[in-house]
Amino acid sequence: MINKIVQSMADAMNGVQDGSTVLLAGFGAVGQPVYLIDGLIEQGASNLTIVANNPGVGRVGLARLLELGRVRKVICSFPRSSDPVVFVELYREGRIELEIVPQGTMAERMRAAGAGIPAFFSATSVGTKLAEGKEHREIDGRTYVLEKALPGDLALVECWQADRWGNLIYKQSGRNFNPVMAMAGKLTVVQTQHVVDLGDLDPEVIITPGIFVDRVIHVPYGDPPFGG
Amino acid sequence: MSISSNVAPRTRKEIAARIAVDICEGWYVNLGIGMPTMVANSIPDDCEVVLHSENGVLGMGAAQEPSGSQPWLINAGKNYVTLRTGGAYVHHADSFAMIRGGHLDLCILGAFQVANNGDIANWATSENDTAPAVGGAMDLCVGAKNLWVAMNHLTKDGTPKIVESCTYPLTATSVVKRIYTDLAVISVGTDGLEVDELTSGLTFDELQNVTDAPLRMARPSAQSTE
Repeated sequence: MINKIVQSMADAMNGVQDGSTVLLAGFGAVGQPVYLIDGLIEQGASNLTIVANNPGVGRVGLARLLELGRVRKVICSFPRSSDPVVFVELYREGRIELEIVPQGTMAERMRAAGAGIPAFFSATSVGTKLAEGKEHREIDGRTYVLEKALPGDLALVECWQADRWGNLIYKQSGRNFNPVMAMAGKLTVVQTQHVVDLGDLDPEVIITPGIFVDRVIHVPYGDPPFGG
Repeated sequence: MSISSNVAPRTRKEIAARIAVDICEGWYVNLGIGMPTMVANSIPDDCEVVLHSENGVLGMGAAQEPSGSQPWLINAGKNYVTLRTGGAYVHHADSFAMIRGGHLDLCILGAFQVANNGDIANWATSENDTAPAVGGAMDLCVGAKNLWVAMNHLTKDGTPKIVESCTYPLTATSVVKRIYTDLAVISVGTDGLEVDELTSGLTFDELQNVTDAPLRMARPSAQSTE
């Protein structure tokens, strides 16, 4: 019997290595697996590269992970939030590396990683400083830059309902980066609001099939806070 | 630089309302943060324009009443919004496939500077910003079928924002098709900037004086049939 549901956060985070690239889903606070971040803090892995749209709020969650000095580099499209105090401090002091990636390029680089595409050409960022140093190619009269896939050693995902095979559905705009990161993680760990019986999710509406998911932990935490 | 006192520049709300007039029913449209977002309020309720938000909301509706009553539904500005009947949720890669793949009819953004060749600078104000934030702006600029800019004609200290060459870091090159400001509506063509409309009371020379790139008046459309 397949059962990807784990009973403890220690089981969910077991084996995460120092130096891992961690894909952290969510757009602001919506769809962000905050309990898994706490689990990662507790687990202790360090020298991490974090891929996330935003760099954390206040001094909790991702911001706490940064403040503890566990993150070497952040890959991010929008390194601002309602209160990015920790990131700004580290960045100003030169204690954290930042790679700015256009939001759509970031999403597509992970989708490509999950789909076995090592790199792709995109018109996004051509002629800007974010394209400097990248391979350019003219295809049918338009110039593109080469963007490499962005796989994760670990993907942290938040969903609304999951079953024991790891089939997932999301809630409203909580979907955002979650399905893409689930595909791109070598180890994909999911925090779910609700666990349902196998067969209860309509096959026509499953967004992330269990093939992309390794572990699921039930965390019925309620609605996301405002902000992010 | 300044303009004469008998000119009434358009307010932000009036610029947004002016833009809304040019949006066609059936278009898929992405509205940037700030003044562009206000355009939504000027689209008549019975006009079916489908609004897209980068975080995977297609068919975005009005703000939530009361705010926060649907805590899982936000837009790219992280404001609480609603979904119109017929709307859909998608993930981020699909959302940007809609953008990059040329499926949006229109994107409206704010800008720090626009050049007369359609270059736009709207994400960083210097080469060494503390942590510049690009978000989805570069994707929107290259992907949307039409890119319009909504902005004030001058900065707060009176510096022209329409220039011959952007001095701020570029977001994209040769993409802006129309500029709506408090003083004018200007089209960006292959041979430069063409003034379609002047704000009431403003003369062409006055507009040229506060614009750092050469302008010319558009020919009245009634005479352009030959």
